[in-house]
Amino acid sequence: MSDLAIETSGLVKVFGDNRAVDGLDLAVPAGAVYGVLGPNGAGKTTAVRMLATLLRPDGGQARVFGHDVVREADAVRGRVSLTGQYASVDEDLTGMENLVLLGRLLGHRKAAAADRARELLEAFGLTDAADRQVKNYSGGMRRRIDIAASILNTPDLLFLDEPTTGLDPRSRNQVWDIVRIVVAHGTTVLLTTQYLEEADRLASRIAVIDHGKVIAEGTPGQLKSSIGAGSVHVRLRDPHRRPEAERLLAEALGAPVYIDADPVALTARIIGNGRDEAAAEQASRALMELSRAGIVVDDFSLGQPSLDEVFLALTDKPAA
Amino acid sequence: MTTTETYTPVAETVGAVLSRQSRPPRPSAWSASLTFGWRAMLKIKHVPEQLFDVTAFPIMMTLMFTYLFGGALAGSPSQYIQFVLPGIMVSSVVMITMYTGVEVNKDIERGVFDRFRSLPMWRPAPMVGYLLGDAFRYTMASTVILVVGLILGFRPPGGVVGVVAGIALLVGFSFAFSWVWTMFGLLLRSEKSVMGVSMLVLFPLTFLSNVYVDPSTMPGWLQAFVNVNPITHLVSAVRSLMGGTTDSGEIAWVLIAAAVCIAIFGTLTMRLYNRK
Ligand SMILES: Nc1ncnc2c1ncn2[C@@H]1O[C@H](COP(=O)(O)OP(=O)(O)OP(=O)(O)O)[C@@H](O)[C@H]1O
Ligand SMILES: [Mg+2]
Repeated sequence: MSDLAIETSGLVKVFGDNRAVDGLDLAVPAGAVYGVLGPNGAGKTTAVRMLATLLRPDGGQARVFGHDVVREADAVRGRVSLTGQYASVDEDLTGMENLVLLGRLLGHRKAAAADRARELLEAFGLTDAADRQVKNYSGGMRRRIDIAASILNTPDLLFLDEPTTGLDPRSRNQVWDIVRIVVAHGTTVLLTTQYLEEADRLASRIAVIDHGKVIAEGTPGQLKSSIGAGSVHVRLRDPHRRPEAERLLAEALGAPVYIDADPVALTARIIGNGRDEAAAEQASRALMELSRAGIVVDDFSLGQPSLDEVFLALTDKPAA
Repeated sequence: MTTTETYTPVAETVGAVLSRQSRPPRPSAWSASLTFGWRAMLKIKHVPEQLFDVTAFPIMMTLMFTYLFGGALAGSPSQYIQFVLPGIMVSSVVMITMYTGVEVNKDIERGVFDRFRSLPMWRPAPMVGYLLGDAFRYTMASTVILVVGLILGFRPPGGVVGVVAGIALLVGFSFAFSWVWTMFGLLLRSEKSVMGVSMLVLFPLTFLSNVYVDPSTMPGWLQAFVNVNPITHLVSAVRSLMGGTTDSGEIAWVLIAAAVCIAIFGTLTMRLYNRK
């Protein structure tokens, strides 16, 4: 039974009359990746900033490793570090200078700070870019130097605020790999994201937040079984066969089918059918029904549920 | 070797960095502040254009006032410069203190400020660091003006000691006065508004003083303001040091004003910094 790294109850932050975080309750176990999933403006960054002692809550409580984020802010700062949504390194300085600066601020002596900086640059594949200003780094390199800066002192808890937004697939994979290694070494990671796929791959628990509140919480498996394993998109050759295709798909999948604006397209959600069958298998069976009825399918694709679909399933309305 | 783009994180190397559990004790307040001062120096190294403000502007001020007003106000430029140079030095340096607020404001808009604020260290260190960097710029501006003055015929009776003491007092006061701008840098939303407020404060403060002319030529109501203006006292103190007629009353006034500035605006700055 592990301790809690983060515990919040009724956490509130109000900007003017906008309740950015509105009674947030979280319990984040230590030693794993905890995903916070939410659309733009859900309050992810605001919540993370309060937990990292950068913003004072207007109500409720938050504890990090048992320390109150307001009254014991200094103790919290000693154990956490933050990689913000926007670069939290100095763009005018080089990668090396940034890391030495931080090393010095964390109390390393000059030589030790330089050694540490070199090790980090090496481990993050940035040795070649060590003496270039960070403003000339690519998006992926920026993220890496940012994460390197955050683990300089091997924090007990690392906040990663949307670490892969805006990155290409390769850079995204690099960040994912780094997160896995960091967690394997005992650091708890709180990761915010807009992508269910990312939370699903990395996190052992996920909280879905909307308008500053948790609207669903659980393991990725639990969440997916409540919202469905994905959806299948189908394009027919003949638009006149669509009503028939809609009926067949709904029967085969036991789930509602959505009619797209495009007259030949259909989207069906795949929900668990109780037989523990993979989404792909269910989808292929449904497609077989169509071909048996002589309906020609021009194109189809199978996708994980998008954030939109998660929200549709959880709130019956699209992500705000 | 193009490892940067084709990089694949390796569990062993990243892990090795992570497992080196050697969290050193926190740096002292002074050492953290110096580190931030070093950062300011690095910024000057990478963006040397910023020194333009502390060199070109002062040179322009010195030349302009010496030749524009010298003849009219004191008979000749070379006579006027004996009187006006310490004043120009004070007003130019006090003018460039406003860049402190602009720098603070720029940093806040970037995420790096968040990282500094989330570090476990002496809270005012980043602010003190800015000001240490600025103290360097103030010294540089003073030196530039001094050199231009010497070329134009400025011959301070106070000698090397008087001049160095004058510059030290000026830089010390400006360091204290800059806390006003760190406060505005944190308080105001944009760089532009910081500039606007700075101008609004600095123009009257530097012009309605004894920098350019002797206040006894001014109407009484204006003299009343000029005589309580801290810049007037600073100019008198610096003038007295450079002129070899040390006025300890004025120097004490300046030092007390500097202490009050730090006490009030330093406190307000730190309150805003912690609240932000
Ligand atoms: N400093 C601020 N002043 C005023 N409003 C703010 C401030 N910061 C955030 N907000 C508002 O609070 C709400 C939540 O913002 P927040 O940045 O926490 O969302 P987010 O989940 O991180 O979104 P994103 O995915 O876009 O990063 C938004 O409506 C935003 O406009
Ligand atoms: Mg955000």
